[in-house]
Amino acid sequence: MKWPALGYLRASSLDELWRALGDGAQILAGGQTLLATLAFRLSEPGTLVDITRIPELRGISVTGGVLRVGALTRHAELGRDALVARHAPLLTQAVPHIAHPAIRNRGTIGGSLAYADPAAELPACAVALDATLVLAREGGERRVKATDFFTGLLTTALEPGEIIAAVEFPLAGPSQRAVILEVARRSGDYAMAGLAAVLDLGADGRVTAPRLTFFGVGDGPVLATRANAALEGRALDAAAIAAAQAALDADLDPPADLHGPPAMKRHLCRVLLGRALQSLTPATEQAA
Amino acid sequence: MNEIPTPASIGLSREDLPNSYIGRSVPRPSLPKLVQGRATYTDDVVLPRMLHAAFLRSPHAHARILAIRIEAALAVPGVVRVFTGADLAKVCDPWVAVLDHLKGMKSAPQHPLPLDRATWQGEAVVAVLADTRAAAEDGVAAIEVDWDPLPAQTDMETALDAGTVVIHPELGDNLVFTRTATKGDVDAAFAAAHKVVEATFVTGRHTGVTLEPRSIIADYNRADGMLTVHQATQAPHMMQNVFAKHLRLEESQVRVICKDVGGSFGIKVHVYPDEVAVAAMARVLGRPVKFIADRFESFASDIHARDHRIKARMAVNADGTIIGFDVDDLTGIGPYSVYPRTSAMEGNQVVNLVGGPYDFAHYRCTTRVVLQNKAPTCQYRAVGHPIATAVTEGLVEMAARELGMDALDLRRRNMIRDDAYPFTSPPGMRFEGLSHHASLDKLLEMVPVARIRADQAEQRAIGVHRGLGFAAFIELTNPSPFMYGIGGARISAQDGCTVRMDPDGSVVASSGVTEQGQGTEAILAQIVAHGVGVPVERVKIITGDTLNTPYGGGTWACRGAGIGGEAALQSALALKAQILEVAGAMLQAAPESLDIVMGHITDRASGAQRMSLHELGRIVYFRGDTLPRDLPRELVQTRHFITKEYPFAFTNGIQACWAEVDTDTGMVKLLEHWVVEDCGRVVNPLLVDEQVRGGVVQGLGGALYEHCVYDERGNLLTTTMADYLVPMSAEMPDIHVGHVETPTKESLLGAKGAGEAGTAGAPGALMNAINDALAPLGARVLEQPFTPARILAALGRI
Repeated sequence: MKWPALGYLRASSLDELWRALGDGAQILAGGQTLLATLAFRLSEPGTLVDITRIPELRGISVTGGVLRVGALTRHAELGRDALVARHAPLLTQAVPHIAHPAIRNRGTIGGSLAYADPAAELPACAVALDATLVLAREGGERRVKATDFFTGLLTTALEPGEIIAAVEFPLAGPSQRAVILEVARRSGDYAMAGLAAVLDLGADGRVTAPRLTFFGVGDGPVLATRANAALEGRALDAAAIAAAQAALDADLDPPADLHGPPAMKRHLCRVLLGRALQSLTPATEQAA
Repeated sequence: MNEIPTPASIGLSREDLPNSYIGRSVPRPSLPKLVQGRATYTDDVVLPRMLHAAFLRSPHAHARILAIRIEAALAVPGVVRVFTGADLAKVCDPWVAVLDHLKGMKSAPQHPLPLDRATWQGEAVVAVLADTRAAAEDGVAAIEVDWDPLPAQTDMETALDAGTVVIHPELGDNLVFTRTATKGDVDAAFAAAHKVVEATFVTGRHTGVTLEPRSIIADYNRADGMLTVHQATQAPHMMQNVFAKHLRLEESQVRVICKDVGGSFGIKVHVYPDEVAVAAMARVLGRPVKFIADRFESFASDIHARDHRIKARMAVNADGTIIGFDVDDLTGIGPYSVYPRTSAMEGNQVVNLVGGPYDFAHYRCTTRVVLQNKAPTCQYRAVGHPIATAVTEGLVEMAARELGMDALDLRRRNMIRDDAYPFTSPPGMRFEGLSHHASLDKLLEMVPVARIRADQAEQRAIGVHRGLGFAAFIELTNPSPFMYGIGGARISAQDGCTVRMDPDGSVVASSGVTEQGQGTEAILAQIVAHGVGVPVERVKIITGDTLNTPYGGGTWACRGAGIGGEAALQSALALKAQILEVAGAMLQAAPESLDIVMGHITDRASGAQRMSLHELGRIVYFRGDTLPRDLPRELVQTRHFITKEYPFAFTNGIQACWAEVDTDTGMVKLLEHWVVEDCGRVVNPLLVDEQVRGGVVQGLGGALYEHCVYDERGNLLTTTMADYLVPMSAEMPDIHVGHVETPTKESLLGAKGAGEAGTAGAPGALMNAINDALAPLGARVLEQPFTPARILAALGRI
C-alpha cells in the first residue's frame, strides 16, 4: 500500500522540535516500524517530524557515573561501541538478535523503547539493566525508571509533547554477569520467548540483585520478581536454578500467538531460564 | 535419437568441441541486467494517460454486499472512476473453472468483481481508478459498503456435512471434485498383510512468495481495436485467449507482453479476477490501467496451495515387500475453482503420485476437493508432489521402523527396477524410463551414512537429537495435451521456436516458452548456439510476446527445457541445414561435407575454416544476385514440438536430509541436505543445480515455516512478511546436488523437467529426519509445518 498524503518537517534542534510538535505530528527517527504502519495505513499522522539531525539526542558517553546513550543511537552503533561493550555488555550481546543488518543500521534505541514492542530486545535490556530514561519536553526533562516506563501493550509513560532524549545505564561492576537468549523461528525474527538476565555473582558464588527479564511473553518486558527472589542470595547451582524455574510460572501470564499457546511460552521461558543461568554458572558447577 | 555429440559422449575435451553448449554451465546472459537493476518488470512500464487501480477487498470471509456507496470516493482528488461488480459484468463474461476430463467436476461462475456476495477475506469487491496508486487508495478508503456478514465455511472436514454452509447454493453442496483410483483388491490384501502402518498427515496451506508481486497493465486502444496487456505471467498465450474470450474480443485483438518476471512458481499461471477487472476497465475507458499487488494483497489474493489432510495406510509383508497403499485425501480449495487450470489438479496429482517410486499390486486412493471461505488454492510449484511424497515416504519409514528393517533396504526391495521400463504404475501413470536404483546408489556415494549414524549415536548419548531422513519421488514433467487440452482448456501443449540468422551472422530465436528468472532464455540460447554452431554470445532470445513469438504454452509444469528446448534445437538444426545448403553452393562443396563451428563454415573432415557466417550473410542478403537462381535461402526456420508417446515425461530422484531437533525448544536445525535427480539431459548443470536448490528451499519452507493461518471465522492472520515466514538463507543447510541422466527418447534433446524436483522431495525428507531424531523419545510429527509448538506437543513437553 502507499502512504497517505502527509507533511514532513525536519527539526535540527530541540527548539525547532518543540515548535513542530502539535496536533497530528508524529516523530520520525529510524522509521523501522513507523514507515510500515504508514504503508498499511494503520497510522495517518498529519506531519512527520524528523528528529535525526538533532545533536542533543546523539552520542554515547560516560557521565555522572552512568552510561548515557543518546536516543538516536542506531542499533548498529550500539553493537560496536566500546563504551557500551565495557559498561553494559548485555546491550552488545543483544544487538545481533535485533532483526537484520539493514534494520539495525536505521533503527534507534529511542524508537525501540518508545514503540515498546513486547517482543523487542532493547526494552527488556533496559529493564534488566535497571536503566533510567531521560524524557525531554519543552522547558525541561524528567527521569523515569525503565521498570515504570513500560505501562502496557505498546504503551509507555511518555506524555504528549515528550520525547526520549537518552537512556542512562548503571555501569556494570566486575561481578555483573549478563546474558541474553531467545528462541525465534528464524534468525532476526521477533522472539517467541526471550530472556535478558543480569545478576551479580559474588566471589562466594552467591547471586545478588538478579534481574531476569523476559520478552515476547507478555504485554511488555516481564521482570520475573518471584524467580528473582528465588535466586537472591543463593549459590548458582542446579537446585537454585530449579527453584527459580519453579517460581517463574507465577511471574508469567503469556498470551497465545501465531507460534503457539501460552503453555509453550511458559515452557520456553523455563528452558531459557535454565540455559541462561547454566551459562553463568561457574565452570566447576557446570562440570558437576 | 539422443545422439547429440557432447565432449563426454565422444571422449573429447571441451576445446575439441567448442560449440558444445548442451551440458555446459554457461552463465546466464540475463544476469547482469537483473543484478544491475536494468530489467524491465511490468511496474517499470509507464504508458501515457495511464491510470492506477486499487481495490476495496472484503474484510469478511463470507458476506452479502447490501449496498456500495461510491460518491465520497469520486470526490477524492485524483480519483477518475469507480467500478463495481455490476459495472464490469456489462463488459466481461464470467468463467467457470472446470475441465471436461475431470469427471463430475463443478464450480460456480466467477466475475471479475462479485455481484452480490464476497466469499473470502481479501476478495476484490470494488475497483478505484486514479492518477496515482496513493490517490486510488484514498478513494478506496472513502467507499462505504454495507455488509451482511454470513457464516463462513472454513473447516474442510465439515464441508460436506449435512447442515453446513453451502457456499454456492446452486451447486447443491461444497464438493467440487472427487476421484478414486483403484488397482487390485486393497481390502483383501490389507487383511492378509503381515503389517499395516497407518497415519494421518497434514500439509499446511501456503503460497509462493514471488519477489515481484502480481502485476498488470492493460491498454485498450480504440483506434486499432487492440487490447495490449503487459503482465507478469507464465503463460501469455493462455492469457490472450482468456482476455479475448471474456471481454468479447477476437484473440487477434489481444496482445500479451511479459518482459522480465520476478519469480512465478505457479503463482502467475492463473487467472486472477482483479487482473481481469483491470483489463475490463481498460476496455471501457480506452486508457491504460496499471495494477501492482502489494504484499498484503499478495497474501490475501494470490493462490494458496497444499491445504490437505491425508489418511493413509500401507501394507507390507514380513520381508518388507510393499503390498499396497490405501489413501484418503481431502483438500479445501477456497470458494471457487481457479480458472482455467482448475483447483482439482492438486488432489488429482496426489491420486496419481502416491507410491510413485515403488512396484506394488494394490492401490486405492481417493481425493475429495471441497469449497471453503478462504483464498482460492491452485497449482503451486510441484503440484501435489510434496504431499504424495511425504505420505508415501513417511509410511515407508514407519514400516521399516516397525519391521526393524533399514528404510533404504526396504526402498531398494520395492523400487521399480531400472530395467523394468516402460512401466505403468497402479494409478495408471506410464513411465518411459526412470532410475530409482541408480539414483539411490548415487545418493549413497554422496551421503556419508555410516559417519552420520555414528555421529547420531554419539550425540544422542549427550542429549542431542539428530535425524537422517530420505524421500524418493517421481515428478511429472513435459505435459502433453492430456493435462489441460483434453479438458477443453485452450492451453497449448505444443511449443514452437523460430530461429533466424541476420546478415552479421548473429542468431535470433523467438520461443513460446517464457522466462521468470529461472534461466529459460539462457538454456534456449545454449541450445540454439549448439544447434546452429555459433558462440552463445551471438544468440539473442525473444520470449513473452504473443505478437512476436510462435504460439505456445509458456513455462509451467516443467516444460521449458523439455518442450521449448526441443523446439529450439530442431529449429536451430533446420537453420544450420539451410545455411549449409547455401554454403555448399557458395563453396562448391556438398553440404554434408561442411559444418558450422563457432560462427564459421568449416570442412567437416579437416576442421578447416572455409567462410564466416558474417560473409555468408553478406552475400545472401546483399549480393543474392551472385547465388544460383533457384537456391533456397530462407535463413529463418521454425519448428514445433509436442510430446506424443507419453502423456508426461516422468523424472525421478531421491533426497536426504540431516537435521537436529532441540527437544527443549522444538526448534529444528537443518544440517545438510542432498538431492540426486534425473531430469534426463542436463542442458546447463549450474542452472539445474540452482533450480534444485531453490526448489529444496521452497519445500523446506513449506515444511518448517510457511503457513497461511486462518482463524475459525476465516480471517487471514498471516498478512505480512513478519507473520508469514519464508525460508531465509541463515537457516538453510548446504544442499548437495547430484545427477543421473536418463534422457527421454521422445526428443533429440532428451531433456525432462528439473524445476520441481527439489520441492517435491524436501518436505518428506525433512519429516523423516525429524521423526528419525524423535524416534528414541517415542514421538513423531506428521502435520506440516513442523513448528516448535507441534514438536513440543508431540514430545509431551507442552
